[in-house]
Amino acid sequence: MLRLEPRAEPSRLMTALTPLIAVTATMIAGGILFWLLGKNPFEAIRIIFWDPIFDENLSSYARPQLLVKAAPLILIALGLSLGFRAGIWNIGAEGQFIMGAIFGAGVGLAFYPADSVFIFPLMIIAGAIGGFLWAMIPAILKTQFNTNEILVSLLLVYVAEFILASMSLGLLRNPEGAGFPGSRNLRSYESAHNAELITNTGIHWGVITAVFALVAIYVLLQRHMIGYQIRLAGQAARAARFSGVSPNWLIITCLGISGGIAGLAGMFEVSGPSGQISIDFNVGYGFTAIIVAFLGRLNPIGITLAGLLLALTYIGGELASFQLGLPSAAIQAFQGMLLFFLLATDVLINFRIRWRHGVAA
Amino acid sequence: MTDFPILALLAGMMVAATPILLAGIGEMVVEKAGVLNLGVEGMMIIGAICGFAVAYETQSVTLGYIGAALGGAMLAMVFGVLTQFLMTNQVATGLALTLTGLGFAALIGQPYIGIKGITVGDVPLGPLRDLPVLGPVLFQHDAMVYVAIFIVACVWYVLRYTRTGLVLRAIGENHHAAHALGYKVIATRLTAIAFGGACAGLGGAYLSLVRVPQWTEGMTAGAGWIALALVVFASWRAWGVLVGAYLFGGLTALQLFLQAAGAAIPIEYLSMAPYIITIVVLVIMSSGRARASLSAPASLGQPFNAST
Repeated sequence: MLRLEPRAEPSRLMTALTPLIAVTATMIAGGILFWLLGKNPFEAIRIIFWDPIFDENLSSYARPQLLVKAAPLILIALGLSLGFRAGIWNIGAEGQFIMGAIFGAGVGLAFYPADSVFIFPLMIIAGAIGGFLWAMIPAILKTQFNTNEILVSLLLVYVAEFILASMSLGLLRNPEGAGFPGSRNLRSYESAHNAELITNTGIHWGVITAVFALVAIYVLLQRHMIGYQIRLAGQAARAARFSGVSPNWLIITCLGISGGIAGLAGMFEVSGPSGQISIDFNVGYGFTAIIVAFLGRLNPIGITLAGLLLALTYIGGELASFQLGLPSAAIQAFQGMLLFFLLATDVLINFRIRWRHGVAA
Repeated sequence: MTDFPILALLAGMMVAATPILLAGIGEMVVEKAGVLNLGVEGMMIIGAICGFAVAYETQSVTLGYIGAALGGAMLAMVFGVLTQFLMTNQVATGLALTLTGLGFAALIGQPYIGIKGITVGDVPLGPLRDLPVLGPVLFQHDAMVYVAIFIVACVWYVLRYTRTGLVLRAIGENHHAAHALGYKVIATRLTAIAFGGACAGLGGAYLSLVRVPQWTEGMTAGAGWIALALVVFASWRAWGVLVGAYLFGGLTALQLFLQAAGAAIPIEYLSMAPYIITIVVLVIMSSGRARASLSAPASLGQPFNAST
């Protein structure tokens, strides 16, 4: 009979190895899933993970897309990782993403058709504020009334989605759009367009910001007092309180930073890749980022790699749906399975698996 | 709005309340056993598609519900194995359950999009149906409305008056003490988790078989999260879940009525009302003297490993 034996301390080797084991296991399970759907599993896996980067015909389109899709995932996951480390669960990043997009696009559209270099920076600030304010709702309710931040932040995603619908049908609707829902396309409004900075690389301001955020969060966690307090609170909440870490302050900080970053990601998305505020411009990056954060071990560098991998599944999933008719929901299921396998293999970090003969009490 | 259809609203309340009532009572049992399963939304949506697909293929509503309960319980067992044997973080695992459930449901549901479901008839309650006032409100519903109330009654009785219920509550309050007394912590919790999954599955199936009734992607639209909030509202009491679900159902019915009646408020703002009300209720319950956290099971969300 198998038995779990606690390790004296977490295994560093397994911490690094388990994401790889989980990805491999997911590929096998995903292959079985694709096979059950009547597709050639090897072909499907190749199309999803190999072709977007290495196929000669496809990579010219797919490689730039990798950064376009990875940037919001990495940005959001970096923010979430702070709270997750401290046991503060902001799972409403999707809502903060939407509000950031609405605030950012709203500011940009308010200036239409003015031409100024200050418009885009203002939109960036507005996007961060939008996400920050939306995250402050669960933060303040938690600190003032001890309301569960998990439920509040998640429920606010639905509220944000209805606000988005209302905006694209009302306040922000394109006056020249012949009555169709959706705002003006920011891609055709020079001053507000989050354009590709270097042709055919997919690098836009969101990618640059993600790199900055990566460095900032890394320094924050490793070298700054806040990072120390976050790690302490996550590992020993009582000890943290005795050493003078204010739980309320930590909640405000973690939710505020993650909300602000998610808002930024939403703003970069709406002013660039998606282009306009529409009822469903958001594609669930806020939820996928939760998987990215865990797969990256809540570590900034890990998150970057995980973000690129998940971005690859988005692009590969699109290709597979064109070429094999693989349903797009299959990729969603695939991403969910990845999180399951990761959580399951986590046990290897803190426990050793031992074989035990017979059954002793 | 000259004629305010109070009877239709009350009848609509019972229908609107049933999905979250089922999911909520299941989750309450799980939490009473000391486990926090945040995957209710995922189990509900799996129940919704399993129920719809099985009912459609077999042309039997009963089989549909059975399929939904099995589907929900199976997904819940994934959560059970991970959290109970591999001691994964319950919050993260619950989230994974929701994300995976939504993906798999969309995958299974693809052939069923746009198909009209089978008709679910009312329970023939004979003369009761024709009672004035009470008839249309209480006695002209499909069977699951009454089954849900029956499940609540059973849960209340079992938790309060039986040995099984006492053991379950003891495990939820202090799993180390319960373990020391020789109770099977993990087995009890796994059973509770499976029960919670089956109930959530039934709740989801009620959406796709009766309430809507057809299959659309993401059709649970947060009902699972509202069910989680419902447990807090109820302070982990069975009848509290019933009262909360009906209050919430009443508000939903009212909101839908206002939409249909063309109230001056835009539809989007009416549609977000249920979520905002849920948040407001959570705030009220968690603050001040009502402090719901005081009545939460003491071991809620804590991992248990007998060897430590």
